[in-house]
Amino acid sequence: MKTIWLIAKRELNSFFDSLIAYIIIILFLGFTGFFTWISGSDLFMAGQASLQSFFSISYWSLFFFIPALTMRLIAEEKKTGTIEMLLTKAITDRQVILGKYFATLFLIMIALLFTIPWVITISKLGNIDTGGVICGYLALVLISAAYTSIGIFASSITNNQIVAFLSFLFIGLFFHFIFEIISGDMTGSLGKVINYLSVNIHFESLSRGVVDSKDLIYFGSIIFFGLFLTEVSLSKRNAFN
Amino acid sequence: MDIVIENLTKKYGNQTAVDNISLKVATGEILGFLGPNGAGKTTTMKIITSYIAADEGKVYIGGKLLADNYYELKKHIGYLSENNPLYHDMPVIDFLNFCAMIQDIEKSRIPDRVAEMIQLTGLKREQHKKIGELSKGYQQRVGLAQAIIHDPEILLLDEPTSGLDPNQIVEIRKLIRELGKEKTVILSTHILPEVEATCDRIFIINKGRIVADGTAESLRKQSQGSDILKVKIEDGEPEKVFKIIKALPSVSMVEFADRNLNRFEIHCTDKNVKREIFRLCVENKWVLTEMSPFETKLEDIFRNLTIN
Repeated sequence: MKTIWLIAKRELNSFFDSLIAYIIIILFLGFTGFFTWISGSDLFMAGQASLQSFFSISYWSLFFFIPALTMRLIAEEKKTGTIEMLLTKAITDRQVILGKYFATLFLIMIALLFTIPWVITISKLGNIDTGGVICGYLALVLISAAYTSIGIFASSITNNQIVAFLSFLFIGLFFHFIFEIISGDMTGSLGKVINYLSVNIHFESLSRGVVDSKDLIYFGSIIFFGLFLTEVSLSKRNAFN
Repeated sequence: MDIVIENLTKKYGNQTAVDNISLKVATGEILGFLGPNGAGKTTTMKIITSYIAADEGKVYIGGKLLADNYYELKKHIGYLSENNPLYHDMPVIDFLNFCAMIQDIEKSRIPDRVAEMIQLTGLKREQHKKIGELSKGYQQRVGLAQAIIHDPEILLLDEPTSGLDPNQIVEIRKLIRELGKEKTVILSTHILPEVEATCDRIFIINKGRIVADGTAESLRKQSQGSDILKVKIEDGEPEKVFKIIKALPSVSMVEFADRNLNRFEIHCTDKNVKREIFRLCVENKWVLTEMSPFETKLEDIFRNLTIN
């Protein structure tokens, strides 16, 4: 546990030292803020004290910002060789992966925390559905956790950051909307399975304020498989584990 | 802790990087690991650190099988890898602190230990600089510091003195000698005088196979078969001198090194031959102006063993 924390701390420091953290937070806030408050179909247009537009724009921005954070996690260490220096110390592959995973997730949480003032502002404008807002944030956190897990996997299969980024987009697009589109044309149990695989379906049901164990299991499985495959891919160098 | 390697084989695709190597390194021994590029030195080291696993064969460290106890055993290994990868965005002191904590050094001991490492590797003035800003030699010192910070019982150094200035090389060699008194050290290098200066034993591999194993002296003996003396004898008929020396019972062969200057190379089987040659010179009223034992250079041995 202590080792995971050490790795996470180093990773967070490196996010902030390299300015990546600041840029991502500012971009995320600017991007979501613009579409929530200023653009054509914003809050004032709808005339409702609701965070729906914020959640749906966050859903898309996270999809692009998360791989920007995760692409370097392992790919860079593979390229510079520091992964070797790290893994020959008293540390396991899993600790390295989890440390990096939690650091990235923590940074995304910070970005999400900065949007709390908007919730407060909107709540002053009218009655908001508090439960719905909490569920919406929960959904964003779960999506971030799932995508970070896919992102770290994409980063572990290559030593080129661009390839890692594009691999994430390739895998992520299926979850993000392709599964949903495919399942729309399908009937029967296969259609149901593919529909279940779509992130958007679960995101929508969560952000409507319904917390279903089905959704939690879904996100939990993506996180688990992402991290598991990362470990497999890292051990491909032929380690014992 | 000792290292025992049994029948180690590692293949990368069709290429055999390490081919059936067996090796024992005793505690407190400094082993010089030699071989041309691509001979399998780094692969063997990576296997000992458990960074990669062998296809066949077993590695025991301190009597324990590495494959079953790698997490436990890694704590006792300090490794400086060939390219010396470091986090370039971290200041030296932060990096060493990080390494110390990862290696599970007691928290109260960390500041002392880090300070000691900085002192030992002469990084005092550079300790707050980012590693990426340091010159190669200083980075090499940081690499060495991170390898020994947890006081490991086994030290694996892949070209530890590359990029260092001559003064630092002497210091680092002294340090390795010092560390090697209690620790088991495997040192891979291309610099052959370095091996002679620091190592107790030399291990040469080529194309993944062992080609030599022994002390520098025994390797020399092996490659020469006999001692060679270089002699210059003046005031004598070269042919006559040649014949008389060749007639000595302990001389196996005589060659002209330079006929005009009366220089000879004498291959002998007995150490006493020097006295006999001197006696001959006195008897025949020759003047002996030069007599020196010829040492095969380690470079030549290395070349003989690794070409083809």
